[in-house]
Amino acid sequence: MAEGELHIEHLHKAYGDHVVLDDINLVVEPGEVVVVIGPSGCGKSTLLRCINGLEEIQGGQILLDGDVVDGSSKDIASLRAKLGMVFQSYELFPHKTVLENVTLAPTVVQKRPKDEVEAEAIALLERVGLADRAKDFPRQLSGGQKQRVALARALAMKPEILLLDEITAALDPEMVHEVLDVILSLAREGKTMIIVTHEMSFARAVADRIIFIDEGAIVEEAAPADFFDNPTTERAQKFLRTFEYEK
Amino acid sequence: MDLLGLLGLDVLLKGTNALRLLGGLWVAVRVSLISVAFSIVGGLLFGIFMTWKNPLAKVISRLYLEVVRIMPQLVLLFIVFFGGTRALGLNIDAELSAIIVFSFWGIGEMGDLVRGALESIPKHQYEAAEALGLNRAQMYRHVVIPLAVRRLIPMSINLVTRMIKTTSLIMMIGVVEVMKVGQQIIEANRMTSPNAVFGIYGIILLLYFVACWPISKLGEHLERKWAA
Ligand SMILES: Nc1ncnc2c1ncn2[C@@H]1O[C@H](COP(=O)(O)OP(=O)(O)O)[C@@H](O)[C@H]1O
Ligand SMILES: [Mg+2]
Repeated sequence: MAEGELHIEHLHKAYGDHVVLDDINLVVEPGEVVVVIGPSGCGKSTLLRCINGLEEIQGGQILLDGDVVDGSSKDIASLRAKLGMVFQSYELFPHKTVLENVTLAPTVVQKRPKDEVEAEAIALLERVGLADRAKDFPRQLSGGQKQRVALARALAMKPEILLLDEITAALDPEMVHEVLDVILSLAREGKTMIIVTHEMSFARAVADRIIFIDEGAIVEEAAPADFFDNPTTERAQKFLRTFEYEK
Repeated sequence: MDLLGLLGLDVLLKGTNALRLLGGLWVAVRVSLISVAFSIVGGLLFGIFMTWKNPLAKVISRLYLEVVRIMPQLVLLFIVFFGGTRALGLNIDAELSAIIVFSFWGIGEMGDLVRGALESIPKHQYEAAEALGLNRAQMYRHVVIPLAVRRLIPMSINLVTRMIKTTSLIMMIGVVEVMKVGQQIIEANRMTSPNAVFGIYGIILLLYFVACWPISKLGEHLERKWAA
């Protein structure tokens, strides 16, 4: 299996009696950008959390480069290092500077030399336009800036796949663009990503494939142009109509 | 009567009174320091224990904390000092009784602060650390403990100053500390310095202030420095 290849087979996830994900099958090829959309509560976050081993699953399996993702196994940390995750609420470490947030995992988890990691971290911060804020603490940054730092922090581990969970949902509208621009440039470079978003025009621009989930199941799967212009299922049509306005 | 006499401070100049008062303060500080040391170490362990999901652990910690909260320290002092010596035939001196009671109290309160600090760390912070590939030990070392300590220090400093102030209670079981010395001086000089009661209690107030003020200043400083 190639590096960065993700196989989800018959994934079943439930909280007690409440089934959240039912028989999810999905293969993500290296270099592919998959955008997951669907109504609130349909299980998008849960799917990403399962992929990262943050949730126990009740059936099926998830394979990354052929290795089973299992949150309770001893090797989960090394598998997670291949998966970069960014959350809606950034979750920067408040007691660490911007630079320390970015260098923590490479130095502690990968045990790489500090000066090398710092040089790379500065380069990553430059890429997200924040090299001049390296010595600041997260509380001194705007939401959009924090989210770009969170992206740099995830990228510092050189993950094979990036998992992004509604990373612009908590941002003021004028800050959404600065974050999405970074994602678009990553997509152009061929970064493998699974993106959950409610920004439909961004989804259309960035995606190689759209996955539409409703009530815990994949209802429709299509290239972005097909999905947005000619959704085949009733549920997808209904969902897309919620983004339109008529007077 | 001169000014010192009027203020009731003249007794301080008599004999070794001033030294005795300072010696009394030292007993209070010594009891506090030892109890605080036990409370910090024991409180850390107890606080971690309190976060266990195990139902028995929950019952035990609940019970302990309730006893600490409900029983007045003075009652606990009497129980340990008189109960321990009379009922159980143990020979516990007053200072040791005080240390036992203050540590028992401090471990409970400190444990609850530690529990609160640990539980106040958002679940997402743990997940962010896990998602970066940190293992449990690395997560505690680099994220959870530094965050918990920052939340803990201002509150635990408040607890320490409360403990120092509460040591004034231990004169009730005859530990010779600052309050007791003060009372003895006042009694002995009732005829010659009738105002000693104001002077001595004023000085004691000052002594407690001197013992607690730097600690609470330190707490305020750290709180400002770490304000998130
Ligand atoms: N820890 C949990 N315990 C119980 N139910 C949960 C938990 N987390 C999520 N859920 C439920 O799982 C469903 C899917 O949630 P989520 O994946 O967050 O949806 P989405 O991200 O698509 O909005 C929801 O019905 C939610 O209530
Ligand atoms: Mg979600």
